[in-house]
Amino acid sequence: MLGQLTIGERQAALAMLVVLAVVGLAMAAAGHDDPLGGQGAIVIIAALAGIFGLISVYYQPAPAAERLERYYDDPTKAGIVIAMIWAVIGLFVGDWVAWLLVNPDLTFDAAWSSFGRIRPVHTTAVIFGFGGNALIATSLYVLQRTSRARLPDQLSPWFVVYGYNLFCILAVTGYLAGITQSKEYAEPEWYADFWLVVVWLVYFSIYLRTLARRKEPHIYVANWYYMAFILVVAVLHIVNNLAVPVSLGSAKSYSLFSGVQDAMTQWWYGHNAVAFFLTAGFLGMMYYYLPKRAGRPIFSYRMSIISFWGITFFYMWAGSHHLHYTALPHWVQTLGMTFSVMLLVPSWASAANALLTLNGAWHKVRDDATLRFMMVAAVFYGLSTFEGSFMAIRSVNSLSHYTDWTVGHVHAGALGWVAMITFGSIYASVPWLWKREAMYSARLVEAHFWLAVAGTVVYVFAMWNSGIIQGLMWRTYNESGTLAYSFVDSLVAMHPYYIARAVGGLLFLIGALLGCYNIWMTIRTAPRAADEPVSGRPDSVLAGTPALQPGE
Amino acid sequence: MFGYHYRLERKAIGLVLAIIGVASIGGIVEIAPLFTIHQTVEEAPDMRVYTPLELAGRNIYIREGCYACHSQMIRTLRDEVERYGPYSLAVESKYDHPMLWGSKRTGPDLARLGEKYSDEWHVVHLKNPRDVVPESVMPAYAWLARNELRTSDLGAHLRAQRAVGVPYTDAMIANAATDAYGQAAPDSSAAEGVVERYGKATTVRAFDGAPERLTEMDALVAYLQILGRLTDAAHKPVTAAKE
Repeated sequence: MLGQLTIGERQAALAMLVVLAVVGLAMAAAGHDDPLGGQGAIVIIAALAGIFGLISVYYQPAPAAERLERYYDDPTKAGIVIAMIWAVIGLFVGDWVAWLLVNPDLTFDAAWSSFGRIRPVHTTAVIFGFGGNALIATSLYVLQRTSRARLPDQLSPWFVVYGYNLFCILAVTGYLAGITQSKEYAEPEWYADFWLVVVWLVYFSIYLRTLARRKEPHIYVANWYYMAFILVVAVLHIVNNLAVPVSLGSAKSYSLFSGVQDAMTQWWYGHNAVAFFLTAGFLGMMYYYLPKRAGRPIFSYRMSIISFWGITFFYMWAGSHHLHYTALPHWVQTLGMTFSVMLLVPSWASAANALLTLNGAWHKVRDDATLRFMMVAAVFYGLSTFEGSFMAIRSVNSLSHYTDWTVGHVHAGALGWVAMITFGSIYASVPWLWKREAMYSARLVEAHFWLAVAGTVVYVFAMWNSGIIQGLMWRTYNESGTLAYSFVDSLVAMHPYYIARAVGGLLFLIGALLGCYNIWMTIRTAPRAADEPVSGRPDSVLAGTPALQPGE
Repeated sequence: MFGYHYRLERKAIGLVLAIIGVASIGGIVEIAPLFTIHQTVEEAPDMRVYTPLELAGRNIYIREGCYACHSQMIRTLRDEVERYGPYSLAVESKYDHPMLWGSKRTGPDLARLGEKYSDEWHVVHLKNPRDVVPESVMPAYAWLARNELRTSDLGAHLRAQRAVGVPYTDAMIANAATDAYGQAAPDSSAAEGVVERYGKATTVRAFDGAPERLTEMDALVAYLQILGRLTDAAHKPVTAAKE
């Protein structure tokens, strides 16, 4: 794969990896009596692995010039494989922490294995490891097809894939060693945050440079979403992670903001990590893979415009609904609630646009589990955005907040929407990328689909039940006017649901393992065909949308 | 409107600027005023800062990810006030970089935990929660009592805290390591300095029951015992509190 790099790119990559190794050495030296030292060692190992990988191809002949006539998909292939690996890691750790709440003594008297340290390993591995790699991989694929242009160079996409995964590895190993900012979904410390900004700038530059080379006058709707994902996540990440490190030899930093301002900034970040990482990016995925797989153009161009700008504008106001009835000023809570409710309009417009696109292709949904993954994803997207707007209403939130209902809601979105649309898109693109007729086994895709649906439904129903019971028990008064239940009473009532949740998670994990096997066998066994040339004319399916037709 | 958009989507930079502009408004309107409207955070003249030992304990609380299951934010709801105590005020987390309000209560809220239980209870509970609460699903943290607390860099921690706005004095920074030791060793000469620098309300006790060793257990228990006790503002009549 790396053999496609030109001689100049190989030299540049080698130079960067040597610099990275030196940085790792400096971290290890400066942090020799701090957890930062261990992180430095990981950076050194990663740099050395990269150097060995490059040396093995260094003396291969330079790639032929005709490669420039084709799309560059090697980083996408790597990204998809890595995403599946992270999916298995993240789902496994998630199920493990679920069982920890059933049996808390599974920790072997070790620090690294307690719930508080491995729970962020689960969230980071699934959101950033699985979701992030899938977004990067698919965005590079979609960007080239919808622009009818090859990526501007071959080094920068590899920089992004490699650098982004280094960030993920630093993050999860850091948590195990006790390095965390304790801000949800923004746990990585200052040095990892800084590195991610560098990677992100390169990622965005690939987007702009490819768009500058595009042969398609209009930027396709999927790319609006991918661009909003990249841009807004950059803004959120930088603002929420502003911090002062204890020293350059310490992994620890103190957040610039405190108390109520920090809480608002954190949930402005937290909710929009959901909006722009877990929604906008994956809507970009949906707007390409769903019409392509169904062979139908997007139902309505105007609905996609309304929902895109609605999501981009409304979501950024919604974060304060995480802080109802807290010390956050009332007016901010009210604004957050109002915009969360309005958000239902663009959200349902997106979901409806996806489902209406399937009109005329429902027989394919019946027969093709890959397309069914995408259809069910759109349904869960509609369900969980409705639930989200509902839970953002202050009086509903007084019951749901702090309970498992929130956990159930998040997983309806994460398993039902994000993971399903990703699996559908991956099953669609693996045969395209590796030039195969179809996936190795359609029956395994079918089995994966039903395991994923069953796992999600079991999980979400368990958490709805436990969350609502919990919330009601906390506020129940007996006849004498005192609280009827102790906290421990509510904890005991959760036990059966915690078992059910862990079983649901296990089903989902087994499905992902089947997916890995199926993808692996597809890559390994089926016959090869020629690479895909840069297209000379607009895509016939996507061009069915008015977006790509002249004049209106 | 759609015609305008039809032109906009032909320009990459225009689209980029439009996305940034549209997405920035919400954050600017909701976050910026929190720094400028002075009623956002109440006045509390008696508000004190964390001692080095309490700060070290807080960092252990962060390191172990306790926020994943415990909130530190009592909402303005009757059942919460009756279960946990007076609702939380913004000023109480004024020196919390970052805040630890949390989002989930797999375990109970901890905002008013300080001095609710004895040090011994906390030590036994942290070593194995099921020894005192048989139904508990909290992990056991027995190794905290075995780990020596690292104090050598506490001065640097206080300095970084001062850089983000916590009013630590030069004397506090210079004596950070000694003060951490003194707060958990009441009979030592270092104990007096802690009270002198951090005020008479400071708790000086052998938190883990062994004054000769300074462990991570000392630090965490010292932190848990100060929760909700940095200021009395929340216990005063409502008129003095909100707005």
